[in-house]
Amino acid sequence: MIEILLIYAIIPLIKIAVIVLFLSGAIAYLTLLERKLIAHIQVRLGPMRVGWHGLLQPIADGLKFLLKEDIVPAKADALIFTIAPAISLLPAFLVFAVVPFGPPDMLKDFLSWILGWFPFLNLDPETIARIAENSIASGGYVTDINIAVLFVLSVSSVGILGIILGGWASNSKFPLLGALRSSAQMVSYEVALGFAIIGVLLVAGSLSLVEIVQNQQQEQIWYVFVQPVAFVLFFICGLAETNRLPFDLPEAETELVGGFHTEYSGFRFSLFFLAEYANMIAVSAIGVILFLGGWLRPFPNSDWLSFLDFIPGVLWFLGKVFMFLYIFIWLRGTLPRFRFDQLMQYGWKIFLPVALGNVVVTAAVLLAFL
Amino acid sequence: MEATLFYILATMLVVFAILTVTAANPVRSAVFLISALLSMAGFFFLLEAEFVGAVQILVYVGGIMVLFLFVIMLVSVREVEGQRRANRQWKTALVLGIVLSFELVFFVVQGAEVFSADTIDQQFLNLDSQTGNTETVGGLLYSTYLLPFEIASVLLLVAMIAAVVLTQKRL
Repeated sequence: MIEILLIYAIIPLIKIAVIVLFLSGAIAYLTLLERKLIAHIQVRLGPMRVGWHGLLQPIADGLKFLLKEDIVPAKADALIFTIAPAISLLPAFLVFAVVPFGPPDMLKDFLSWILGWFPFLNLDPETIARIAENSIASGGYVTDINIAVLFVLSVSSVGILGIILGGWASNSKFPLLGALRSSAQMVSYEVALGFAIIGVLLVAGSLSLVEIVQNQQQEQIWYVFVQPVAFVLFFICGLAETNRLPFDLPEAETELVGGFHTEYSGFRFSLFFLAEYANMIAVSAIGVILFLGGWLRPFPNSDWLSFLDFIPGVLWFLGKVFMFLYIFIWLRGTLPRFRFDQLMQYGWKIFLPVALGNVVVTAAVLLAFL
Repeated sequence: MEATLFYILATMLVVFAILTVTAANPVRSAVFLISALLSMAGFFFLLEAEFVGAVQILVYVGGIMVLFLFVIMLVSVREVEGQRRANRQWKTALVLGIVLSFELVFFVVQGAEVFSADTIDQQFLNLDSQTGNTETVGGLLYSTYLLPFEIASVLLLVAMIAAVVLTQKRL
C-alpha cells in the first residue's frame, strides 16, 4: 500500500512542487537576465540598486506586484477580466507535466538513498529498490504519456484564449487590437509550428518526449542534424507563438501601449507576465527535446567525448534551455519589429509551404531509403 | 472510480451546454462552449481514446473557438444582448426536442442491450492493446478507410478555396 502511494502519489506530487517552485524562480531571474542583457547591449547598466548588481530585483518586483492596487476597469466584463490571466497561466505551467528534464532513471540513486532516511515508513531494502527501479517514481519527469507532443500542442493552444479574452474583457481599444492581432498571429504560426514538429515525429516514430530523446541516443545523432529545416522553422514560429520580438505585435508598446494587458495591473498583470515567460521556457524546452537531444551530451554514444559523461543529464538539458533563452533575449536586442502584413505574409506564404515541403520530403526519403 | 468521473463530467457538460445557449453575452456563451468542449475531451480521455481527446482540444478549443472569438469580438455585444433569446422557430424546436427525448427514454429503458458488443465491428475490438492509440487511428485511416479519408480531405480543401474566393472582392 505505502509503496503504491509513494510511487503514484507522493513522489509525483513532490516532483510537481519542485518543478513549479523552480519554474517560478527561473522566470523571476529570467526577467533580470533579460533586463541586464538588454541593458548591456544598449550600453547601460540595468538594475543596480537592489542587491549586488540588482540580484534581488526580481524579488522586489514580485513584492511590488503583490502590493499594487488591483484595478478592474468600470465597463469591463468583470468575470472574464478576472479569469483571463489564469486561463493564460495554467496551460503554460501544465506543459511542464510532460517535459522530461532527465533520463527515466535519473532519481534512482537519490531515491534509494533518501527513502532509507524515513524510519516511520518501515521500508525494507527490497521495497526501496523496487520503488527506485520504477520509472514513474525515478524518472526525471512528472509523467511520460504516449501523446506528449499532442498534449503540449493542445494545451498551449488553450493559452491563446487567455490573451484574447483578457483583451476583449478590458473593453478598451488598445487591448482589443492587441487581442485581435495575437489571435490571428498565433493561429497562423501554430500551423507552421505543428508541421515543423511533424517532420521530427516522422523521423522519431513516437509522440512520447522521453522516447524521442531515447531514439536520438540510439541513432547517435541529434535531430537538428537530420531535420535542419524543421529546426529553423520551429525556432521562428516559437518566437511568434511566445510573442517575442521580432513578432511582439500583440503587445507592441510603441503602437498599442501594451497590447492585450494594457488595462491589467498588480497581481493579474504579473500572472500574464509569468505566463509569457513560462511559455518562453516551455518552447525552449520542447525545442531542446525535439532537436537538441534533451538530456543527452553532444554526439551521444561516440566514445571520444565520453569524458563529458560526468555532467548529469539535467545540467545538459538546463544548459541547452538556457542557450535558447539567451538567444531569445539577444534577438530582442538586435532585431526591429515586423509590420503586421509582413508577419502574415511570412507565416502563410513562406513558413507554411516550407514546412509542408519538409514533411513531404522527409516522408519520401524515409519511405525510399529506410 | 470511472463511473464517478463519468457523472462529474456529464454534469459539467450538460450544465455548460445549457449555459452556452442561455447566456445573454456572446463572449460568455463562447467561454461556456469552450468549457463544454473541454468536458467532452475529458470523456475521450476516460474512454482511453487519448488521441481523439487531445485532437478535440487542439482543433476545437485551440483552433475553431479562437476563430469564433475573433469574430464575436468584432460584434457589438450590447446590440446582441438586447435581442430575444428564442427565435421564431420554437415550434419546430419543440417537436424535435420531444422526438429526441423519446429516443433518450428508449435507450434508458432498453439499457445496455442496444449497445451490445457484437454490433460493433470486430476489427476495433481485436486491436493490439500494446500499440498506442495514435498508431491505431493512423493505421486505420491510411489503410481500411483511405478512400473516405481522402474524400473528406478534398471536401475540406474545396470548402477552404470556396471561402477564400467568396471573401475576395478581386482575385
